[in-house]
Amino acid sequence: MGMSLQQIVFGVLSIISIISALGVILSKNPVTSVLCLIVTFFTIAGHYIMLNAQFLAVVHIIVYAGAIMVLFLFVIMLMNLNAEIEPQKRSWLKYAGAISGGALLLVLLAALREASVSSLQPGAVEIGLISNLGKTLFSTYVLPFEVSSILFLSAMVGAVVIGKKEGHES
Amino acid sequence: MTIDWFFILEKILLISGVLAISLIVAMYSTWGERKVAGVMQDRIGPNRAGFMGLLQPLADGGKLFFKEEIIPGSSNRFLFILGPSLAMMVACMTSAVIPWGDTLTIAGRTISLQVADINIGILYIFGVVSLGVYGIMLGGWASNNKYSLLASVRAASQIISYELAMGLSLIALLMMTGTLSIKEIVEQQRHSLWNVLYQPLGFLIFLVCSFAECNRTPFDLPEAENELNGGYHLEYSSMKLGFYLFAEYINMFISSALMSSLYFGGYSFPYMDSLGLSPNLTTILGTVALFVKIIFFLFFFMWVRWTIPRFRYDQLMRLGWNIMIPLALANMLITGAIVLYRSTH
Repeated sequence: MGMSLQQIVFGVLSIISIISALGVILSKNPVTSVLCLIVTFFTIAGHYIMLNAQFLAVVHIIVYAGAIMVLFLFVIMLMNLNAEIEPQKRSWLKYAGAISGGALLLVLLAALREASVSSLQPGAVEIGLISNLGKTLFSTYVLPFEVSSILFLSAMVGAVVIGKKEGHES
Repeated sequence: MTIDWFFILEKILLISGVLAISLIVAMYSTWGERKVAGVMQDRIGPNRAGFMGLLQPLADGGKLFFKEEIIPGSSNRFLFILGPSLAMMVACMTSAVIPWGDTLTIAGRTISLQVADINIGILYIFGVVSLGVYGIMLGGWASNNKYSLLASVRAASQIISYELAMGLSLIALLMMTGTLSIKEIVEQQRHSLWNVLYQPLGFLIFLVCSFAECNRTPFDLPEAENELNGGYHLEYSSMKLGFYLFAEYINMFISSALMSSLYFGGYSFPYMDSLGLSPNLTTILGTVALFVKIIFFLFFFMWVRWTIPRFRYDQLMRLGWNIMIPLALANMLITGAIVLYRSTH
């Protein structure tokens, strides 16, 4: 049975994303974790490109790999976190974490088991391109889109308020 | 599914050509920088290696290759090597979406002088630019040196701050042109006036921000040697240092190409379509025109470096956040109002 090019690319991307995602939680060094997470974001962006959603892919890279992860790295580097100075967690905390993580996995599995794997409709292939996405966002989903922008604005205002307060105290 | 081998061969040749040209231009930018500095300071500049010192970049490269390579014992070896590699890789990635010329027709095949005309070309550039900071941050942190860390933190906050204003100035351009494809933006300018005439403020903001993104004087705070002993590449030696320094020149070349393409007509030149030349010759002349524009901007980068002193760090941040971003927002608002007015009247 021959595999098509898409299947090969999908397989390679998926393997890399699973390995790098495991690297995020298994590595002792926080900087390595962040780098693994960046690799994971890239492979997910690759999946978006395979779904013909180039805009989502590149925005995913800009926002997550380019902005959020830089800030993560910033904080980790400035606080100089590493395996030696990381506080040892109590053992019951580890068990609680494993149990709650396992419960989440169970819920996700139960939800995914019922989901049907539908192939992409020929008309839906173009939906990830930027002009279609823009038209959909500003016509059908204009209210949720604007509401989420207010959410972002409130987060920005909150950050400024916190920053101002600390400036006055010092 | 059949694979078009000629297409793949054509793209491989184009990619190798673009990379080779980027590297050669970056190499000779170092020579050009010294010559320009020489002229500005009433000196001769390099003139020993070859005619007019033209072999000087080769001598410099050879020197860097043969220097002893030192990796600090207390540093993270993997990240220490990853830093300059990332800086170099990211610098070379942007060239893929820049249209280096129109199409050539050779033996019945139409060959586009652009590696990838993706419909999100400008966003791709944003993505690559936002990754550029990793090379500097990882290198500075992995050196395990306080000065390197300070310099890389400076570099990261500088690049993040100016990325915002840069993006906002480009959004105004996008609102005007209505496309994210760089090739289409150039084609629009081919048939009308250059975008710099419609977006003078946007171009000025983009220009200032590209100085900051390339860590060039007056914004070369990450390598302010009198405050930081050298900058984020303090612990680097041999070709790893060479990669960092070289990546800066490639970045300069790419941002010159971008400014030429987005605001100065790219590969188009005045009276391009009314000269009556054959299409292939027009394409070649267009590519030459693009390179003339690029060389002008490279000269501009050097001109500014040897004219204007370095900013202080708080001045840099104030310029970025309090002047550049509000100006870019105002520019966006004005552009939006004009676009709206023109679409309704």
